[in-house]
Amino acid sequence: MSAKAESGNTQKSRNNGGDSQAGGHTEKLLHPGAEAPDFTLNSTPDQTVSLSEFRGQPVILAFYPADWSPVCGDQMALYNEILPEFRKLGAELLGISVDGTWCHAAFKDARGLQFPLLSDFEPKGKVCRMYGAYRDDDGMAERALFVIDKDGTIAWSYCSPVGVNPGADGILSALEELHEPAEKEGA
Amino acid sequence: MSNGQLKPPVNEKDHRTGPADAPVTLVEYGDYECPHCARAHPIITEVRRRLGDNLSFVYRNFPLREAHPQAEHAAEAAEWAGDSGKFWEMHDALFEHRSDGPGWLDDDRLLRYASDLELDAADLERALIEERYHPRVRGDFMSGVRSGVNGTPTFFINGQRYDGAWELPELLDALEGAGAAR
Repeated sequence: MSAKAESGNTQKSRNNGGDSQAGGHTEKLLHPGAEAPDFTLNSTPDQTVSLSEFRGQPVILAFYPADWSPVCGDQMALYNEILPEFRKLGAELLGISVDGTWCHAAFKDARGLQFPLLSDFEPKGKVCRMYGAYRDDDGMAERALFVIDKDGTIAWSYCSPVGVNPGADGILSALEELHEPAEKEGA
Repeated sequence: MSNGQLKPPVNEKDHRTGPADAPVTLVEYGDYECPHCARAHPIITEVRRRLGDNLSFVYRNFPLREAHPQAEHAAEAAEWAGDSGKFWEMHDALFEHRSDGPGWLDDDRLLRYASDLELDAADLERALIEERYHPRVRGDFMSGVRSGVNGTPTFFINGQRYDGAWELPELLDALEGAGAAR
């Protein structure tokens, strides 16, 4: 993991719920080897996306706390930029937060995001909880990443401190590992 | 995973100021349209002035094109100027003309900056249309991604990502701590 993420995990103390120790967040996430729970969420007010639609190709799930992060190098903007590399590796990217579909629509439009943002809005946080990626203390998603292989098994997961953008290197390494497991270093 | 290590290390393809054997090398991944990078620019300039030959500074491109639609062409313009030995002159112009107000990175402004540097603006225009320098810029960008860059500006000191504050006193302290005495 990145030094930035590790130092952030121990130094940041904005979490009120007491589980902000290093590794504490990641502990509760679904781990590699687990079957990725299927779900259906709205991507727009009148369209839904199901995880099972993507069986046969890798999927990246990027849970994030909220739309409208106030920094320009934010996580979703970065992933938008790296989308061609994700797709070269055969993967689709799904962003997930507890924001409603109209909020997602405005955010997606404002940032020019080229991938679906799913709304885990009602019942709130249900899918986040299924993946161990819900923050009870503030009612938002963790900044949690999952790479799911073509058979629907979690290949890699990572939870970043909520204030730290985890970047994309871990995702790319995990996707490369799915392509050529013998040659690349592990995640 | 990167562990905050610069990949690839600084090499002959990089734009560098200061001596190659300086005790400290500072690398910035930046975006010419990013307001934070614009704020960092005069700080870096001052750091370079104060540390002189004890510091080598390298700039790599990390344009977030969707958020900053003019950052890519700006980066390509700097690379283009670099082929005529004027990378740093263009680099400075791209940040400093921000004070002109909105539109300072419009294509016609980029051409004007080229003319100001006595370079062939018509060739820059062709280069932008042909995306001649896009592979170079994208290469910088992906090297940043693999080095754990997640936003701009991101700094590396002697190859290790620097996550501390980059106001002048903090950055000077960090660089001096890494071996660059004033």
